[in-house]
Amino acid sequence: MDLSQYPLIWEYMQPELLLLAATVLLFFIDLFAPSRFLDKWFSAIACVLLVAVTAISCIPGTESHTLFGGMFVTTPMTTMVKMILNIGTLLILLQAHEWINSEACKIRRGEFYELLFFTLFGMYLMISSGHFLIFFIGLETASLPIAALVAFNKQGGESYESGAKYLFTAVFSSALFLMGISFMYAISGTLYFDDIATVASANTALFIVALTFIISGIGFKLSLVPFHLWTADVYQGGPTAVTSYLSVISKGAAAFAFLWVLFKTFSPSPEIWQGILYALIVLTITLGNLFAIRQKNLKRFLAFSSISQAGYIMLGIMAGSAQGMTALVYYVLVYIFSNLAAFGVIAAIENKTGKVSMDDYDGLYRTNPKLSLTMMLAMFSLAGIPPFAGFFSKFFIFTSAVHAGYYILVLIALLNTIISLYYYLLVVKAMFINPNDNPIAAVKSDTSARIGLVICVAGILLLGIVSAVYGYLSGMSFGM
Amino acid sequence: MNFLSLFVLIPLLMMVGLAIARSMKQIRTVAVVGSTLQLGLAIYTLIKFLMERAAGNTEEMLFQASTMWYEPLNIHYAVGVDGISVTMLLLSAIIVFAGVFASWKIEPLSKEFFLWLILLSIGVFGFFISIDLFTMFMFYEVALIPMYLLIGIWGSGKKNYSAMKLTLMLMGGSALLMLGIIGIYYHSSADGNYTMNLLEIARNNAIPENWQYFLFPLTFVGFGVLGAMFPFHTWSPDGHASAPTAVSMLHAGVLMKLGGYGCFRVAIYLMPFAANELSWIFLILTGISVVYGAFSACVQTDLKYINAYSSVSHCGLVLFAILMLNNTAMTGAVMQMLSHGLMTALFFALIGMIYGRTHTRDIREMGGLMKIMPFLSVCYVIAGLASLGLPGLSGFVAEMTIFVGSFQHSDMFHRVFTIIACCSIVITAVYILRVVGKLLYGKVQNEHHRELTDATWWERLSAVTLIIGVAGLGLFPGWISQLISNSLNVIIERLS
Repeated sequence: MDLSQYPLIWEYMQPELLLLAATVLLFFIDLFAPSRFLDKWFSAIACVLLVAVTAISCIPGTESHTLFGGMFVTTPMTTMVKMILNIGTLLILLQAHEWINSEACKIRRGEFYELLFFTLFGMYLMISSGHFLIFFIGLETASLPIAALVAFNKQGGESYESGAKYLFTAVFSSALFLMGISFMYAISGTLYFDDIATVASANTALFIVALTFIISGIGFKLSLVPFHLWTADVYQGGPTAVTSYLSVISKGAAAFAFLWVLFKTFSPSPEIWQGILYALIVLTITLGNLFAIRQKNLKRFLAFSSISQAGYIMLGIMAGSAQGMTALVYYVLVYIFSNLAAFGVIAAIENKTGKVSMDDYDGLYRTNPKLSLTMMLAMFSLAGIPPFAGFFSKFFIFTSAVHAGYYILVLIALLNTIISLYYYLLVVKAMFINPNDNPIAAVKSDTSARIGLVICVAGILLLGIVSAVYGYLSGMSFGM
Repeated sequence: MNFLSLFVLIPLLMMVGLAIARSMKQIRTVAVVGSTLQLGLAIYTLIKFLMERAAGNTEEMLFQASTMWYEPLNIHYAVGVDGISVTMLLLSAIIVFAGVFASWKIEPLSKEFFLWLILLSIGVFGFFISIDLFTMFMFYEVALIPMYLLIGIWGSGKKNYSAMKLTLMLMGGSALLMLGIIGIYYHSSADGNYTMNLLEIARNNAIPENWQYFLFPLTFVGFGVLGAMFPFHTWSPDGHASAPTAVSMLHAGVLMKLGGYGCFRVAIYLMPFAANELSWIFLILTGISVVYGAFSACVQTDLKYINAYSSVSHCGLVLFAILMLNNTAMTGAVMQMLSHGLMTALFFALIGMIYGRTHTRDIREMGGLMKIMPFLSVCYVIAGLASLGLPGLSGFVAEMTIFVGSFQHSDMFHRVFTIIACCSIVITAVYILRVVGKLLYGKVQNEHHRELTDATWWERLSAVTLIIGVAGLGLFPGWISQLISNSLNVIIERLS
């Protein structure tokens, strides 16, 4: 590589480099600043840094670029996805503020932010990769810190158990993924996405095996059925902030990366992966929904709901068109807002009372009307009820799949929305309808959590009605 | 801005007003002012529509306006009305108006009740003014979901079960509908310029015949679920019986009409070929609805269940008439929608008022109410007579038109089913007279009932508004049936 590339690296890898710089800066502040200062300002600094990174580097341009001979790719859409991930992370930071600054956690405050930023960095790499090794590095950078984060709560054994579970599955899926990559290398002699697409012949058995391994590897990250078994336990045991991070940011990034890999690398053989994906989607949506019905713990409940949501997201990949990709990114965006609204309410109540069971939410509307309304909006949006954003994102993703001719698949997905409506309504029912003489007392959350929730609610209400967002996304180039 | 959008805007402003209202008095003021404005707007629309038509404007939909909403998919927010939607808007406005007065003393959480009720009405009004499939579908779903909370929180009896059943079944219908709409969209034009606009889809006339076989049942059943088509009617008795008064009124009176309206506006209008080919299947199902609903009503003892099953029967008749696919019968169908809307709303309002006094809806525990609350009883008799089709009231006009229209078919199949459906008139008389006899006349069953009072002013206002509608439709049906039948010509032309 010649030195003349360095200015380009700075220019094209800005989000990654700035995020790294922010992480290092946070690390040093955490190390050297006096603890009184940290108590007061550290969280705010982290948020400001994230906003700054987003504002400086994550505003999508119009051109696509490659670096390192095609190993690193940046297109307007990848930048957009990075921005969406940043927004989601910011919301999580706002919601986590109170928890992370509590007496029990504040000593490890620095780690939380740094690890979180590191995983975000890993996801950036994953999204922007043009080469399987970069992809793998991104994947690992994104997964391993999460294992530490899941095990963040020192008091309970549950958190450790979840951390260990997450670690094992992450390592296992990485191993599968690596296996897939090495097969791919055996077939094509290259790991560049573009080259594989031209070199590899789709018909060999080895190709299909490699493809299956790769899909399974990413399937773990996305918790597609049958690779979902870790999800509920990890979600339940981890701190709520981390759980919400896992369920929206990690999932969103993996979904986009999945799309990226399938489209770039396996575009000559869509019928093979579409067949696999078809089965995965049906299984994921249906089983995710069926298991969600019986959950009483709200974090487990949202775990299964997020499994089925991942199935809906995959419909955008099935479509195999620019329309499908737009619908997918839009879906992820809406999903981030809706799911984080739900997690925000859960976190607010868990912080004050430690209660996460659906039964505890009985009669919540009488004591906490605002939180209940927020939760209800989140549930309706997740279920796809108009005029909330979830309806629009579902409609567009179904439209894109129908355009590709998948009528039956969409019908199955649509029938599943009825099941999902049932369990989302159970939460609404608990809060609004179920009688309870002794509901959870009025919860007063701190300002930052409230700002986070207000942003989420605004997103749920406006992202659909204001069509400019979707229009903006659909006008964006994918660079494929 | 097009004035039709006010139909959505006024309720939205009402919701804002309700949200900041502090006392019961303010809540009522907002609700009354808003629903009166809405009623005024509906009457204004009707008059303006008639004047335009009289002035010789023969466009299919009047007062059209269209704003690009989602450009990548060519989705518009498009509004426009023809003679049928105008009457439907008037019907909805009357029922919302009456519903506000019928829930004058709703408790607890009165503010939330009105908020949800108004949200529901946004869905209804928006649905009737839309001529873009997407917008229409969106409003349709907006109308469905408040039902869950309205029944769940303020309902009675096994409300949790009913609310969930109703919501899920209707969402099931709309799931089919969504696929149908997306399917229609992707066949809406031969040259790839897909559109969601109803009129353009009809004009392009590009949906291939084999696709119509697939999409017609999806959309017809999708809307048919809301129109209580057998075997998807089971949500209706439970739902109506558990819902609070105003919600039963609005749901049976207006929401079920969304089903019928959608059936011919979307399914039949856009896919005439399949409508002709497949109508016989649905004719059998709706025929069953008509008779089965009537028989079921005969054996119920709960007043609301009687009415709910009677709604199944009457709404079945709406779909039945629509499927006859000729102008007379379809005019009758729309008349029946209006007539049933008004009269069933009247029924549910009266039942609510009676229940509010006696605290029972079981007809075996009541009797002789005519002596105790004469005003309510007389209203009940009027509603009953309208329901069993007494000339001079709305029911007669509608059913007469329907059966005359149905009998215009000369083949055996249609005639046999017409005769079967005709039997429902007799059965209707049985269950109506049974209730009137037991409830209003005879001995007073419970001595405590003697101390009960008659209707208050707001209850009288609610009932009288609806009776004016019922009698008006029965006495002067000519102009309205003319209005409807003219608008139907476009659809009939496409069918032949």
